[in-house]
Amino acid sequence: MILINENTKVIVQGITGSQGRFHTQQMLEYGTKIVGGTTPGKGGQEVCGVPVFNTVKEAKEKTGATCSLIYIPPAFAADGILEAIDAEMELVVCITEGVPVLDMMRVKNYLIGKKTRLIGPNCPGIISPGASKTGILPGFICTPGKVGVIGRSGTLTYEAVHQLSALGIGQSTAVGIGGDPIRGSGFIDMLELFEKDPDTLAVVMIGEIGGTGEEEAAEWIRDNMTKPVVAFISGKTAPKGKRMGHAGAIISGGKGTQQSKAEAMKNAGIPVVPTPDKIGETLVEAIKKAGIYEQCLAK
Amino acid sequence: MKIHEYQACELYTQYGIPCPKGYIATNMDEAVNIAKEIGTFPIAIKAQIHSGGRGKAGGVKVCHTIEEVQIAAKKMIWKTLYPHQAGPEGKFVRKLYVTEGSNIDHEYYVSMAVDGANACITLLASAEGGMEIEELSRKNPEKLHHMKIDPTIGYRDYNGWEMAKKLGITGAQAKQFVAITRGMYRLFVEKDCSLVEINPLISTKEGNLLAIDAKINFDDNALFRHPDIVALRDYDEEDPKEIEASKYDLNYVSLNGSVGCMVNGAGLAMATMDIIKHYGGEPANFLDVGGSANAERVKSAFEILLSDPKVKTILVNIFGGIMKCDIIAQGIVEAAETMGIDIPVVVRLDGTNAEKGREILTNSGLALVPAKTFAEAAKKAVELANSKKED
Repeated sequence: MILINENTKVIVQGITGSQGRFHTQQMLEYGTKIVGGTTPGKGGQEVCGVPVFNTVKEAKEKTGATCSLIYIPPAFAADGILEAIDAEMELVVCITEGVPVLDMMRVKNYLIGKKTRLIGPNCPGIISPGASKTGILPGFICTPGKVGVIGRSGTLTYEAVHQLSALGIGQSTAVGIGGDPIRGSGFIDMLELFEKDPDTLAVVMIGEIGGTGEEEAAEWIRDNMTKPVVAFISGKTAPKGKRMGHAGAIISGGKGTQQSKAEAMKNAGIPVVPTPDKIGETLVEAIKKAGIYEQCLAK
Repeated sequence: MKIHEYQACELYTQYGIPCPKGYIATNMDEAVNIAKEIGTFPIAIKAQIHSGGRGKAGGVKVCHTIEEVQIAAKKMIWKTLYPHQAGPEGKFVRKLYVTEGSNIDHEYYVSMAVDGANACITLLASAEGGMEIEELSRKNPEKLHHMKIDPTIGYRDYNGWEMAKKLGITGAQAKQFVAITRGMYRLFVEKDCSLVEINPLISTKEGNLLAIDAKINFDDNALFRHPDIVALRDYDEEDPKEIEASKYDLNYVSLNGSVGCMVNGAGLAMATMDIIKHYGGEPANFLDVGGSANAERVKSAFEILLSDPKVKTILVNIFGGIMKCDIIAQGIVEAAETMGIDIPVVVRLDGTNAEKGREILTNSGLALVPAKTFAEAAKKAVELANSKKED
């Protein structure tokens, strides 16, 4: 597994809000080691039995957490990320949807040379099935196993995980990197981790229209990846110039079309899933071809 | 969010970017009066619509006499234009921007946009202005100059000077160019834009630079801190169904097919459109009810889908994560009971409490078509929509 495991200590920024509270409960039930939370001005309180602090720095010092999970409203989310970077959290996962793009521009540039890895914003988070989850992914559709999953969109990532589980294929870690034009981590960052991870034998990536992340990932896979990868790209029928829900899912200036992304994948020798119901089947074909099907079956 | 050219010109003027003098007319007489007030020719009459490609569709006219102003205004106002960038339904013209004309010596292209991959604002410019940026980047990519502006230090005048040199702009005009790009960057950052475009930026025979078209798009996520920009929103330019949807926090985009879609999550919603097309159907819309949809939102989503006469079938595709399928099923039943749905509704529920949800639908006695998988749901919805079309 990558990014998080059963020992990862997590704090929740914005833990006293309704979202923060609800998901803290869900994550504790899943087995995530939530050791605290923050809301400025509410230090000293408790949520779901874990202590609340005023600042991330204090929460980190008192709990030894290495991962911070953000459920702060969009207007303040970027400040929350900056605070977590300043407190030198190793991993920051920002769930918040609707963060202004210029705020993220500042965050992304502040990250350069820092110790923090950021996932999101506008993402469903991370799950290492059976070990830990940081975010909002539903735990019960996942099965522990050997296939890594990376997606830009939440529910489509769930769909992929669900199809894999239904075919008896377990997952090492599933990561939603988010649907915004500027995000902390991209496909390549995650592919790099999966390539290095001994528990991951193959990877499914779920892309969509907008940006050039999928094209760049295709080249990277061709040059660096030894494990089989299959890709699905949604938005074949999306009209030009319209924002399809995600701020990042927009075809602008003739760039970022599904066709160009699928083409890049094919050129790099990566099997492209033809229709969204065939994500699991395409992966099974690829791992059979690589001779690792038996190893990928969930026990 | 998009605004009109005349509104963008007002913002340009505030930020020191020179634009021709102009006023808004809502009928022919007003256009004529404005032309008389300006008092010099040529006069430009420009249809104010939220769509590119307006010139080729007859939405821009340069006039040399009052009679020409009269004819041009009459041809445009209260008429529908069909620019290729707008949908087949075209764009209805409610306002004309009547401006001073200019003696064009040369046309440039200048814009700033968010560059997601590099996490910065990129300045794009070309000495070959006037044509659409898509066309320019396809035909002469080497003539389109890119310059990344480092967000940690922001725009510096040397950025402008360097770009002026690339465009071959010299002397006093180079100084004007620097002031224009400086203003564009300040506007971009202060108002949270996602695009600021001048196409064309012209040099006049008198030797000045002038923005004779103006286009600004804003980051929807940042509108909460710009009430002045929100006030510029023109609801007439938007699809009424999209406006209705935005009231309920639903992500909705109107399309031209016959299968109405209701899905949770943007990626899954796009994938649903794709699979409809794969089975030979056409989606009527993109609709993401969001991750935290409740019965109320499901009901509003149904109302919007049913208000579209093109919709012959509805496909509900829900993958319950945090959202529970039984709650969604309840919403569907309530919507069906209060609204009297008279078209087939295919429902696929999976994920959290999916069994419970399916039970609620079966026990409701409503004529809903259940589907077990993504593919089965799409196939059924397309078949039903296509059979209805033949009736």
